[in-house]
Amino acid sequence: MPHVAAALRSLGSVDPVLREFLVESSENLDQFERDLVGLEKRPDAHDTLDNAFRAIHSIKGATGFLGLSKLGGLAHAGESLLSDLRDGRASVTPAIASDLLQLVDFIRQMLADIERTGSDREVNCSALAARLAARRLSQPDAPVSAPASVPVPVPVPTPSAPRPVLAPSPARPAPATSRSVRVDVAQLDALMNLVGELVLTRNEMVEYSAVQQNSVLLESSQRLNAITTQLQAGIMKTRMQPIENVWSTFPRVVRDIALECGKQVRLELDGQDTELDKTLIEAIKDPLTHVVRNCVDHGIGTPEQRLNAGKPAEGCLSLRAFHEGGQVHIEISDDGRGVDVAAVRRKAVERGLITAEQADALSDQDATALIFLPGFSTAKTVTNISGRGVGMDVVKTNIEKIGGKVSVHSRTGLGMTVRIRIPLTLAIIPALVVTAGGDRFAIPQAGVLELLRLNEGSANGIEMMGDAPMLRLRGTLVPLVRLDAALGIGPRSLAGGLAHHVGDNVIILQADEQAFGLVVDDVIDTQEIVVKPLDRRLRALSTFAGATIMGDGCVSLILDVTGLAVHAHVLAESRRTSGAATASVPAAVEEEPQALLAVIGDHDARMAIPLSQVTRLEEFPSSSIERLGDRDVVQYHGEMLPLVAVSDLVAGSEPRRVAAESGANLTTVVYVAGGVRMGLVVRRVLDTVEHRVADELPGGRRGVRGSAVINGRLTQILDLEALCAGGAARAVPAPFLHDVAV
Amino acid sequence: MTEPQEFTSCFVGDLCFGVEVAQVQEVTYGGTLTRLPLASSRVCGLLNLRGQIVAVTDLRRCLDLGERQPDDVPVHMILQTDEGCVSLLVDRVGDVINVDARDFEMPPATMRGRARELIRGAYKLDDGLLLALDTTRILNDMDQTPGTGGLR
Repeated sequence: MPHVAAALRSLGSVDPVLREFLVESSENLDQFERDLVGLEKRPDAHDTLDNAFRAIHSIKGATGFLGLSKLGGLAHAGESLLSDLRDGRASVTPAIASDLLQLVDFIRQMLADIERTGSDREVNCSALAARLAARRLSQPDAPVSAPASVPVPVPVPTPSAPRPVLAPSPARPAPATSRSVRVDVAQLDALMNLVGELVLTRNEMVEYSAVQQNSVLLESSQRLNAITTQLQAGIMKTRMQPIENVWSTFPRVVRDIALECGKQVRLELDGQDTELDKTLIEAIKDPLTHVVRNCVDHGIGTPEQRLNAGKPAEGCLSLRAFHEGGQVHIEISDDGRGVDVAAVRRKAVERGLITAEQADALSDQDATALIFLPGFSTAKTVTNISGRGVGMDVVKTNIEKIGGKVSVHSRTGLGMTVRIRIPLTLAIIPALVVTAGGDRFAIPQAGVLELLRLNEGSANGIEMMGDAPMLRLRGTLVPLVRLDAALGIGPRSLAGGLAHHVGDNVIILQADEQAFGLVVDDVIDTQEIVVKPLDRRLRALSTFAGATIMGDGCVSLILDVTGLAVHAHVLAESRRTSGAATASVPAAVEEEPQALLAVIGDHDARMAIPLSQVTRLEEFPSSSIERLGDRDVVQYHGEMLPLVAVSDLVAGSEPRRVAAESGANLTTVVYVAGGVRMGLVVRRVLDTVEHRVADELPGGRRGVRGSAVINGRLTQILDLEALCAGGAARAVPAPFLHDVAV
Repeated sequence: MTEPQEFTSCFVGDLCFGVEVAQVQEVTYGGTLTRLPLASSRVCGLLNLRGQIVAVTDLRRCLDLGERQPDDVPVHMILQTDEGCVSLLVDRVGDVINVDARDFEMPPATMRGRARELIRGAYKLDDGLLLALDTTRILNDMDQTPGTGGLR
């Protein structure tokens, strides 16, 4: 909330009475604006009219006392006009509403000036005041006439007759504002810290009393315990605000855009009282406004278009908010034309974001997600409302910045829904507390997919690629990272064979779209933790998202799952910075780094095999090798597995006996290419590496896709598919293999 | 001459350092430190200072003076900086010392070791030198990656 702090600072220099006036007036103005938009829809809503009148009257009331005569005069002009409306001498027309809304904008500007200069002397507001007065004069004769200066495409029903003067209702309940006080956010933060300390003291107390065998002490410590918990919850609640605080501006936004584009839009709000943390309220304001603008501008058609499509002329934009699963869900739906998936595909290809083949291969849902790509906009013309090329990608980035997710669901011709999910609060998150290397760490639950405990059976699912262990999880290979090793606080690698893993706790985490397993010593608990940022001078430590204070008063670090993945080389560095927008369309937009398995062949030659083609790594004792024709084979899962030395395969030479030149055990990369399973015998498996095809020099020979410098060594990158289509695999045709296997 | 005139003295090994009084928020002992993996070796951990988490930089490590004896209880000098509070861990804290700006000397060119990089200069006192610490410099080195850690 930097701008809030700035506002408070700047207000600090203003006279306290004036300050109070400015804050109150801007609140009154907000309410006045809401009421005006409401009045336009329902011109005979007496209570709304009363509220609006009261709001503008309050503003006027204080101006005389503060010597703000110009503001007072302007407010008076507005008040008089409203007074006519209230007394039934005139009725609300779009033209009047527009003028009054302009008054709102003008006063808002004046308030800002007053805050800056301390007076309203420099403002020239006579034109607007005169216009309001003129409107008043013209009213009795022409209640529905609209001046040419204001386009009024939306016909608003006019009341049939002037309504009688409203008698003031004495039993009106006090407005909500009088039952609340304004508190500086810094004060709330300070209270929150104090409560944190109280919790720690409570914990010590409870521990102490438990060993004291003193029933009186025990009882009061239990009471202290309960009260502290309630107090903590209460303080946290003070930071929560209803989403209405953001939504309240939308009626005006929608009205203005609809007027401008000549559309009729009804706004439906549901779940305004859904609460979320103040920081989040600030953060979602701009993205939400953008989506709303987009829906009105692009989604909902003009009345003619809609009637032609067999829909009512008035479009409907609905906003829904609700809590579910510890998150706030916000849905923005319109009943417009939906996303034109074909246009999106075409545009993406035009812009060179994806190729035509990739566009065809995308499902409609994935194609719709293309609108989140940076620099993407389907609007045929650039309007001043939206469609300037900055759009949904900014929405997505902003929402993701606060740990949220955005998705679009479109039904062509029926409308589209933007779904946003955000955490309840940034300050307090559910986390999994684990230990590694003797320290405790907190992992945000949002990144946790599942927890595993390796038993005898599942430990066998761990395969080593060089010194990089991979876990086979329901058919997919998931890289494993030891937390203590990754942080340099334990053994340096995951060496020691499979037996080592039995009993290990593995947390499967999601970092971008890459899942990986984090091996920890112990999983302790899930807790709600209070996130505290690390010192800004420590920001280079991308592995940590912050720190928190545990129940015993000690500090624990909160892991940044993505940062950790990058640090442990599970994710390439570029992946983190290239923006999450590309993540929704894997392999389509920016070239993803490819995972390669680096191996050493004869004469220390470095080679790399695309990991996607590798099924397993095996060690075969040389005694298990059998001879089949002129080939070396081993029995493998009830089949014959032909073995080829990698050097022979690359050289294109006739396969020699692999056993003769290898040691006691053959390190074999089992792969499937061209429908045939083969064992590629290598000297040593080095590691898995991330590699971009773009960095490659094209290879000259068949079977060699190219070469690149990987880990400082020139490495040939093999293409096993091409190899098998060519030479070596022909020696053992697939049908023959199957015959043997039976 | 706008040199600050009041310093809090503190000791590391047999060196006497000074930090401007206005910068020192408080002095505190004890507290459990949580180590901060992958950070500079100068940062010895994070401290819970009444609900606020502060990073602790060990002046001893900054000076390459070796680890403290297990029995020695170090002192946290909590410093206020533009970017929040930090702790500078020292062996001992002395007094508030009034110095005369005329007694200020730049570090001599012949001065060796890490200490030279971390001080702005020295004040001549009756019984020795007070080395004025360049706290900004010390604290800005917190995120220097030490080149340890990582899987490979």
